[in-house]
Amino acid sequence: MLKALFGHLTPTASHRGWPRVVGDADTWRGIGEALREGKLDLLGLWGDAAAVHCALYEPSTRQIASASIDVQDGKAPSLAVFHAPASRLERTIHDLYGIDFRALPDPRPWLDHGCWPIHQPLADQPRPQAPLPPYRFLEADGPSLHQIPVGPVHAGIIEPGHFRFTASGETIVRLEERLGYTHKGIEKLLRGKSIDEAGRIAARTSGDSTVAYSLVFALAVEAALECRPPPRAVWLRAVMAELERIANHLGDIGAICNDASFSMMHAECAILREEVLRACTVAFGHRLMMDRIVPGGVAADLEPAGRDAILSFTRKLRRQFPELIELYDHTASLQDRTVGAGVVLASLAAEFAAPGYVGRASGRSFDARICRPYPPYDLAPIEIVVRPEGDVDARVWVRIREIQHSVGWLEAALASPLPPGPVHLPVIAAPRAAIEGSALVEGFRGDILAYVRIGPDRRLERCHLRDPSWFLWPLLEAAIEGNIVADFPLCNKSFNCSYSGHDL
Amino acid sequence: MRRRLFKNLITAPCTEPVSEGTVDLEAAGTTLRGVIARRLGRSLAIREVDAGSCNGCELEIHALGNAFYDVERFGIRFVASPRHADLLLVTGPVTCNMREALERTYAATPAPKWVVAAGDCGAGCGVFADSYACVGAVSKVIPVDLVIRGCPPTPTDLLRGLLWLLSRAAPAGVNTTPL
Repeated sequence: MLKALFGHLTPTASHRGWPRVVGDADTWRGIGEALREGKLDLLGLWGDAAAVHCALYEPSTRQIASASIDVQDGKAPSLAVFHAPASRLERTIHDLYGIDFRALPDPRPWLDHGCWPIHQPLADQPRPQAPLPPYRFLEADGPSLHQIPVGPVHAGIIEPGHFRFTASGETIVRLEERLGYTHKGIEKLLRGKSIDEAGRIAARTSGDSTVAYSLVFALAVEAALECRPPPRAVWLRAVMAELERIANHLGDIGAICNDASFSMMHAECAILREEVLRACTVAFGHRLMMDRIVPGGVAADLEPAGRDAILSFTRKLRRQFPELIELYDHTASLQDRTVGAGVVLASLAAEFAAPGYVGRASGRSFDARICRPYPPYDLAPIEIVVRPEGDVDARVWVRIREIQHSVGWLEAALASPLPPGPVHLPVIAAPRAAIEGSALVEGFRGDILAYVRIGPDRRLERCHLRDPSWFLWPLLEAAIEGNIVADFPLCNKSFNCSYSGHDL
Repeated sequence: MRRRLFKNLITAPCTEPVSEGTVDLEAAGTTLRGVIARRLGRSLAIREVDAGSCNGCELEIHALGNAFYDVERFGIRFVASPRHADLLLVTGPVTCNMREALERTYAATPAPKWVVAAGDCGAGCGVFADSYACVGAVSKVIPVDLVIRGCPPTPTDLLRGLLWLLSRAAPAGVNTTPL
């Protein structure tokens, strides 16, 4: 499909990582139709000074390509007309750049709440602030329906966002999300920053995925500048990424059970999670391993004590985790809550190219480590976990198995000495002209996409980071329909979408 | 499950002692801790407000509840509503989109109330300084009594900061003395 769509176009010479072509309205329509027919997956859609870019994945060939279309008179054709998952992305591009998408099905603003001092902050000429009309939530008609507004400040220790439930008694008829509360203006902040400064900001796009964000940013920069980090750094990066995955999966499995009022599992998982973070501190000097992966390599080498700390944790997990799995599997009251709750249909998971465990628990066989293996997963493959059921239980099981695979992977990787040598390239050469790179990395939550354009002054002209949550949040709205209000926290936690990564 | 529970009965707890050691605190009012100790004894109800953080701070605040730090043993607990809270623990560079929600949460918290800004972003906007979308440090929006720095602050830093607030033993009888 990619070949049929783009075969006649010449890829842009300045773009690395995978091909990028510049198309016209016909190309865009072709993309829209291919997305609608399910022949391509939308990996990302983002704006630029005078263009709109998209990244596409073809499941049958496992190829990725980016396509761009020039913006003419402030207008661009809409992909959301063909493909619903593009809708919030196009609303965002309009909010940030002021680009008008012809026939955009949902013209409401998305990230812009009318609170910024300027409108269209990334446009060449941002407009001064003007009050926005009140946000109009989608309607639900029927006898005895009532609305429950929740947030942006939530009851738990979580990120802010607004949920508007329409319920009939206890049953949720419609959930609509209103996000953007944590919008920090990351894309504009990244503009003009040096690679090092930008790396620190990218690492704070979503704190729970800081390793994955640093990694995808580094890979995109390295793709653009055509440099390869030393082999030792490549392995250390993956060790950190797997530790981050294990820590988050452990925390969330416990939290899901806690939302079903099974606090014992929460307490036990929290202990194991803390043990991972402590091992990370010994190994890499920071509990969340922030700023440890940098373009060109890693900022911290792994000493024998760190390796021992990691292996001592994996041994402990091997001893204790099976008991917890049994506890989850054999507690009927817990299973009663998770089995059959919050089902994501396989068709929706496919349409939204559902990233991570949400997609894999609904039969979507995609994991960037396997389908688009980046080093070292090309040398040391990891197993993919797919379940067909699509409910909370399936998402828990996918994560349980992923913890086990990651632990196995870590032990195998650390069993023999890592490649010796430096962990960082001495200097990364500056490009002669503006140069672009893209990368895709599997974070714990799903695939994260990065696009960078670096100028000859080694400063970023454009950097886009697409969190997996963009394609997960809409599925949560679908999954919760017909469930009871009391099951929302459970379903929500089984997704654990990022607010900050989405709001940027 | 029973086997696990029995096993936990005979194994040593993993909860660790915490001393009020050196930690990077910026106390705006030196009398703060005395006031809290006097007014609240050793109980503190906290409402956590994420005003735009990357959620790194939230992860570490969550960790305060795990068996290693077990914040509840000190009488510190997290509550679901600002109306039940003595103290707001605020993270993040306050985003423009969260400013009103933070102000309203502060207004909904009954007096006497205190505000702790946690993390480098809450303390001074962190790496997000100069963004059009951020108001900045928490103190730009609501009065802040204590700042706990770190990116993110470790659970130990957070715990020491909170304990520091509670640590001065309340002299007998002063609980009934008006402020």
